[in-house]
Amino acid sequence: MSDAGTFGEYGGRYVPEPLQEPLADLADAFDEAIEDDEFREDLDFLLEHFGGRPTPVFHAGTLSERYGAEIYLKHEDLLHGGAHKLNNTLGQALLAKRMGKDRLIAETGAGQHGTATAMVGALLDMPTQVYMGTTDIGRQEMNVFRMRLMGAEVTEVTRGSAGLAEAVDAALEDFAADFEDTHYLVGSAVGPDPFPRMVREFQSVIGREAREQIQELHGELPDACVACVGGGSNAIGLFHAFADDDVAFYGAEPGGEGPDSNRHSAPLSGSGSAESEPQQFQGMRTEVIDEGTENHSVSAGLDYPAVGPEHAAMAELGRAEYHAITDDEALEAFRELAESEGIIPALEPSHAIALAKRLADEHDTLLVNLCGRGDKDMATAAELFDLT
Amino acid sequence: MSAIREAFVDEPAFVPYLAVGDPNAEASIEYIEALCRGGADVIELGLPFSEPIAEGPTIQGAVVRSLEGGMTPAKFFETVSRLDVDVPLVCMTYYNLIHRFGDRDGPKPFVERAAEVGINGFVVPDLPAEEAGPLRDVCDEYGLDLIFIVAPTTRGERLERIMARVSGYAYVQARLGVTGARANVSTQTTASLDRLADWDIPKAVGFGIKTGEHAREVVAAGADGVIVGSALVDLIAEGGEAGDSVGEVADRLEAKARELKQGALEGRGTETSAGTGTEAEAEPRARPERK
Repeated sequence: MSDAGTFGEYGGRYVPEPLQEPLADLADAFDEAIEDDEFREDLDFLLEHFGGRPTPVFHAGTLSERYGAEIYLKHEDLLHGGAHKLNNTLGQALLAKRMGKDRLIAETGAGQHGTATAMVGALLDMPTQVYMGTTDIGRQEMNVFRMRLMGAEVTEVTRGSAGLAEAVDAALEDFAADFEDTHYLVGSAVGPDPFPRMVREFQSVIGREAREQIQELHGELPDACVACVGGGSNAIGLFHAFADDDVAFYGAEPGGEGPDSNRHSAPLSGSGSAESEPQQFQGMRTEVIDEGTENHSVSAGLDYPAVGPEHAAMAELGRAEYHAITDDEALEAFRELAESEGIIPALEPSHAIALAKRLADEHDTLLVNLCGRGDKDMATAAELFDLT
Repeated sequence: MSAIREAFVDEPAFVPYLAVGDPNAEASIEYIEALCRGGADVIELGLPFSEPIAEGPTIQGAVVRSLEGGMTPAKFFETVSRLDVDVPLVCMTYYNLIHRFGDRDGPKPFVERAAEVGINGFVVPDLPAEEAGPLRDVCDEYGLDLIFIVAPTTRGERLERIMARVSGYAYVQARLGVTGARANVSTQTTASLDRLADWDIPKAVGFGIKTGEHAREVVAAGADGVIVGSALVDLIAEGGEAGDSVGEVADRLEAKARELKQGALEGRGTETSAGTGTEAEAEPRARPERK
């Protein structure tokens, strides 16, 4: 494996032998594509005209006063589809076409990535099949309808606990049997190489834009970038462009019922994270929540038991800090942003908003990735905040 | 010569796979002993991991049943230590469990314990040959074999790296896709075996073998052994669903083992490549099982 596939001691390609060569081929095709101007132009064109890029950076004035620091929001919730997911699905789908593949498959938990895959499947006329656990199909009905409306086939995964992990497995099986025609469009910066670095590349448009925009608005770089981290694709996409700047990075992990409780999804900041050993998990070497912890977050898009390998490496190096934000803190921030600015965030970036609130004492200017809008979370909100 | 390698010397070997603890440890012991009575030459014992990669629904089902029954690495070793069989045993599991076992870092505590309970080798599907140095070293220290899977897609440098590190036997995946019993045996078997023709190690072919006829074809195509998992796991699953006794299921496993071993033996008597031609070529492209 090339060194490009690892991040310090993390990353790699821990997959069964039949998947080794297909992933090596994908890595080669990716390396070639991103050096090709024509590929870049095609992608940029669609990101602009289909996706609506660039998305703005907004100075949240009232929230800034309330929290006591200047808060800037990168509006990825305004990207077509309502979340940052499309950056990645467009990039990978174009790559798949370039490789001569004519079919897309994806896993999805909450349905956001599945929806963004269905969107590009329809756009590029590629048959799309999305694997989704029974549990998630039950609670994310609207996204199932959206995917089907755009022509994707949603395949129910009933095995095991019928969640995201099982959906990943079902998609990997499909890929292993059919990789000549099929591209497995992984949704976050996780899994075996080349997915973590490929997803980073396609999401890094977030940080590239934001770096310019905030300097225009604010006159200089922010003191810190803040983003939520499940697998970590929106966070790595924001951070990457600031890698060589004197800008601090903060990842908000889903602390669930508390980092010391046994119900959270925070491998870098939750219970046991200090002494934990990296594990081989879903094709990568990374940090995973400990065995006694139940994978849980109020946000369906963050309840992933592991974290992208590059985040694990940045935590180890001290380049980024990861903090656990509880369900309650995230919900409070969700409400505060809605009331202060008239912006309803998804529950995922609400974790990042909550972390920005905590960091307001330490930093004067915070750039927060608002990676998705909250429409999908209204049922949860209506119940919790007694809005009915 | 290691015990595993020796099992391939006189005649084509029949290598069954079971997930230990499916549906419980006591039943597994009976099933393993039944497979030995039926003619098993080596047994692959699956130590279930909660996050297997690219296993078909059949093996996944076994893994889930075993984990739900409370199987852990410690219980696995305890169960294996109680086995009364005289064939070599191979532990098939994921590197996560090997790496994390015991207090010390690395694979040594796991390998040490495995050697203690009488395990002769390992297959670790998610451990690429490139990353297998530490485990290979510890296996050498304890005299255990490390088996690698060779897929139809494995070529060039990867093939050479596997050849440099493999011992016991090469697990030749007969075709693309995930584990799971299939109606036909693929032409890719012949191609895969041809590529390994000059490897000085037994070649056991797995994936898709479910009948004595399949076993015969695969051996006739040049395999030194046949690996069978899903077809046996199916018998356990069906027995469980029907509420059959452990004894009844054990009898079926023994009979299936006889059929497969017999097929393998017949294959050795046949002309190479004659049996696999037309039927296998007509097989549609491999797709995963979907339920």
